[in-house]
Amino acid sequence: MMSYLDDKTPIPGTIMFDGTMARKGYGLNKMCYTLNDKSAREAFARDEMAYCEKFGLTEKQKEAIKNRDILGLLENGGSIYFLAKFAGGLGLNMQDIGALQTGMTVEEFREKLVKAGA
Amino acid sequence: MAKIIGGIGSSHIPAIGVAIARKLQETPYWKSFFDGFPPIHDWLDKQQPDAAIVFYNDHGLEFFLDKKPTFAIGAAAEYISYDEGWGIDTIPPVIGDEDMSWHICNELVDDEFDITICQELGIDHGLTVPMQLMWPGNNYGHIKVIPVVINCEQHPMPSPKRCFDLGRAIGRAVDSYKKDLKVVVLGTGGLSHQLDGARAGHINKKFDIMCMDKIVNKPEDLLNYSIRDLTEIAGAQGVELNMWLGMRGALTGQVTELHRNYHIPISNTGAGTMLLDNSG
Repeated sequence: MMSYLDDKTPIPGTIMFDGTMARKGYGLNKMCYTLNDKSAREAFARDEMAYCEKFGLTEKQKEAIKNRDILGLLENGGSIYFLAKFAGGLGLNMQDIGALQTGMTVEEFREKLVKAGA
Repeated sequence: MAKIIGGIGSSHIPAIGVAIARKLQETPYWKSFFDGFPPIHDWLDKQQPDAAIVFYNDHGLEFFLDKKPTFAIGAAAEYISYDEGWGIDTIPPVIGDEDMSWHICNELVDDEFDITICQELGIDHGLTVPMQLMWPGNNYGHIKVIPVVINCEQHPMPSPKRCFDLGRAIGRAVDSYKKDLKVVVLGTGGLSHQLDGARAGHINKKFDIMCMDKIVNKPEDLLNYSIRDLTEIAGAQGVELNMWLGMRGALTGQVTELHRNYHIPISNTGAGTMLLDNSG
C-alpha cells in the first residue's frame, strides 16, 4: 500500500500540510491557536515578538509574523486554519489573504474569483 | 424506528455567518446564494425533522494539532459556539441527543469505525453557519444535533471512500435506533476552493457541477479520487467534498434530488447547495 502522501510531485502553488509541516509549524500554529481567546489577542497585540517567544517560534517564523508574510508562514509550517486567526485579528479577510499570497491587489483577486464562475 | 428522511449539502463559509449577522441577504453579492435556501426551508418546515446529523470539519476551534482525530462524534447534551478569533458571531447553544449519539458510537465501533467520542465539543463555523442557513433566526432549538467531525486540516486525511462508508455505517446505525425519530443529514463545506498558497483562489466549477450530478445517483463514481486528487483538482479545501460524501453515504434508501443551487464566488469558494430526499 502506498499513501497518497508518497507522491512527492509538487502540486503548483500548494503546500501539503502533512507530518513534516505539522512538526515544523507546531509552535507557530500553537501560538495562533491561542488567538481564539480575546485575552491572548490582546497580549499578542501588546508585544507580538514577546508573545511569539513564549511559543518558541523560529527566527524565520517571527520574521514572517512581523512582515505579515502569509506565504512565508505557510512555508515555515503554518496551517492556514491557524494562520487565519492571526490574519483575522489584523482585520484581514480571505480575499485580503488571497491577494497577499498571489501578489494581486484585492480587487484583482476578487475579479479572478468572479471569473471562475463565468 | 428512526428514519433518515433526506440529506442537505451546504457550504459553511464563515463570511456567510457575517452576512447573516449584518443582514446582507438581499444585497447583490449575496442574493443569488441565499435564494438557494427557501426551498430547503419549506421542505424542513413540511418534514419537521427531530434530529440532524451534521458532517463538518473543525477549523482549529475544538481541536488543535496536539490531538487531531480523523473522525470525531459529539455525545453531549449541548454544544457551545465559541469565539474563533476573527470576529464571527457566536450562536446560541445547539441541543444534542446523548442517547442517540452513544447508540451511533456503539454501532460504529462495532462496525470497525474507531471514532473519537466527545462529551464536550466546541462548535465552529463548520457547524454553526449551516444551522443558521437551515433555520434562520437561530430557530433550531427543536432540533437535536449529532456533530460528526472529519479531519480536513492535516494530512493524512481519510479518503472519499472511507468518508462515504462512514456515512453508510451511520445510516445503518440510525436505522437500528429504536426511537421514532425523523432525521435529516447535513453535509457541509466545499465545494472547490483553495485558501492557502500561491494558488489561492483556485475554483473548479466544472468539477463541482460534476460532483453535484454524481452525488445524487452515482456517488460511487466519486470514491476513487484520492485526497491528493481532490487537492489538485478542487483545491486544498476542496477535500471538504468528504462531508458531502458522508452525508450521501447515510442515505441508504431511494434518493431523489429535490433542489440545488450553485454560485461563484462566495468568499473564495464555489458554493453548492443541494436537497436530497431519501424517503422514496
